[in-house]
Amino acid sequence: MATSELTEKPPGRPEDIKAVPVRRPGRWIAAVIVLIIAASLIRSAILDTGPNKGFQWSIVGHYLFDANVLHGAVVTIRLTALAMAIGIVLGVVLAVMRLSPNWLVSGASWVYIWFFRGTPLLVQILFWNNIGALYKTIVLGVPFGGPGLIHANPNSLIPTSVAVVLALGLNEGAYMAEIVRAGIISVGEGQSEAAQSLGMGRLQIMRLIVLPQAIRVIVPPTGNEVISMLKNTSLASVVAYGELLYSVQLIYSVNYKTIPLLLVSVFWYLVMTSVLYVAQYFIERRYGRGFTRAEQAGLRERWFALGSRGAT
Amino acid sequence: MSGAMVQAQGVHKRFGTLHVLKGIDLTVNRGEVMCLIGPSGSGKSTFLRCINHLEKINAGRLFVDGELVGYRESGDKLHELPDREVARRRTEIGMVFQHFNLFPHMTALENVALAPVRVLGRRRQEAREHAGELLRTVGLEDKLDTYPVALSGGQQQRVAIARALAMQPKLMLFDEPTSALDPELVGDVLDVMRRLAREGMTMIVVTHEMGFAREVADTVVFMDEGVVVESGPPAETIDAPRHERTRAFLSKVL
Repeated sequence: MATSELTEKPPGRPEDIKAVPVRRPGRWIAAVIVLIIAASLIRSAILDTGPNKGFQWSIVGHYLFDANVLHGAVVTIRLTALAMAIGIVLGVVLAVMRLSPNWLVSGASWVYIWFFRGTPLLVQILFWNNIGALYKTIVLGVPFGGPGLIHANPNSLIPTSVAVVLALGLNEGAYMAEIVRAGIISVGEGQSEAAQSLGMGRLQIMRLIVLPQAIRVIVPPTGNEVISMLKNTSLASVVAYGELLYSVQLIYSVNYKTIPLLLVSVFWYLVMTSVLYVAQYFIERRYGRGFTRAEQAGLRERWFALGSRGAT
Repeated sequence: MSGAMVQAQGVHKRFGTLHVLKGIDLTVNRGEVMCLIGPSGSGKSTFLRCINHLEKINAGRLFVDGELVGYRESGDKLHELPDREVARRRTEIGMVFQHFNLFPHMTALENVALAPVRVLGRRRQEAREHAGELLRTVGLEDKLDTYPVALSGGQQQRVAIARALAMQPKLMLFDEPTSALDPELVGDVLDVMRRLAREGMTMIVVTHEMGFAREVADTVVFMDEGVVVESGPPAETIDAPRHERTRAFLSKVL
């Protein structure tokens, strides 16, 4: 390594050696490399050179607040919220089922999680969008050939908007189930024993004692799930659902300004995920109540602790 | 069942192949304070947990206030009690744990007032006032709105006792209530228990505090390897044990 050569050089100001900590030339070299790469990236981004005029920032600016793009962003937020709501509710139900002493109930939960985690989200979205090809009619009534109460055509019952929410929500339920289960398990046995000895019932203990404590363990990974979900909504573009990515695709399919319009979507995705990071910090602080004597971890530390998980 | 609050007849408990209780026969009368002593692993805590059905017994009969614990007997068959009924009976038995098991997401007052509101259906305001009084009697009037994490072990255990008392139980079970405490905090908890005993509460206490057992207990039971070795007033079991095993144990702890 270059380290020894550099540190063996005679120091320019001998009196400084005692005050200055160990020199780390490796860091300087790394910093220089990083700066060079960053500078060249920024230069290439700003100069708008190259055969196809590169980033075309003026077009990015032109479409940044385009009504169709903003509408797409709103649809993305709504889709994220709906799918997460389904996912969280389903996750809690599946987690409680998974921990049930009844093996059939816990087995059903296991199979569900196995299926939805074991198949690609994109395939699930396509599947729900084409459900009409699988079931010609959907009947709600007495099972196994009994009289039906409600008949419906899947294509009218499950339009693309519903298919996308279902696909994302049901898939999320499987992931949330594992997160909620980990949270429930993290609450010590003694807590439910104490509650039992006070005469509380199983569901009461779950609702009043276990889940409120499990929340602390559940919230951080759920925040990551929301962020993943926000990004995964872009998969809905393959079934022509008008979220953010599809909105910019519609524009660039007409004017062929592909890169600038993708940059527009990148900008809005970053804005939305950044807001979520901040929101997550405050929610975590809120649910830490009763577990720490004082709040000491700063926003910056939390930021770096998060985001260790990519898209699922 | 005139005076018997707890009656055990040949109680056995197994965990898989581990035979923890090997035929326990005991009677605890109303208003009596019984201390269970013995080496760890002797089955004292398990027996205590059987009394409010946190553990199911494998054989024998266990009665609390004349009612079979966990079962209903009709003819020669035992029927498991529905969860609701098991829970109802637990409301009449207070339990205090070695590690307190306070609910960390609630203040001291909320810990004490929770079950009276949620289980007994008391009015919130009434329950909170009663909880406040109970916390005052255990010397924690200035800690009502404090979360458990900010309380010392001794304070937490006194909240736990108040929480159990809030259900107005007819029987209190203490599972090594002072074993997890720093020595200087033990006294406050024992004071509370002493006063409770004086007020006539029926108590079963698993403990290593021989001083407390000698002073407060009506009966001291020495258990070892899942059986009751000897039982009697403290003057006999502690001060004049008849059995060699009791003597050997006491020589180590006294």
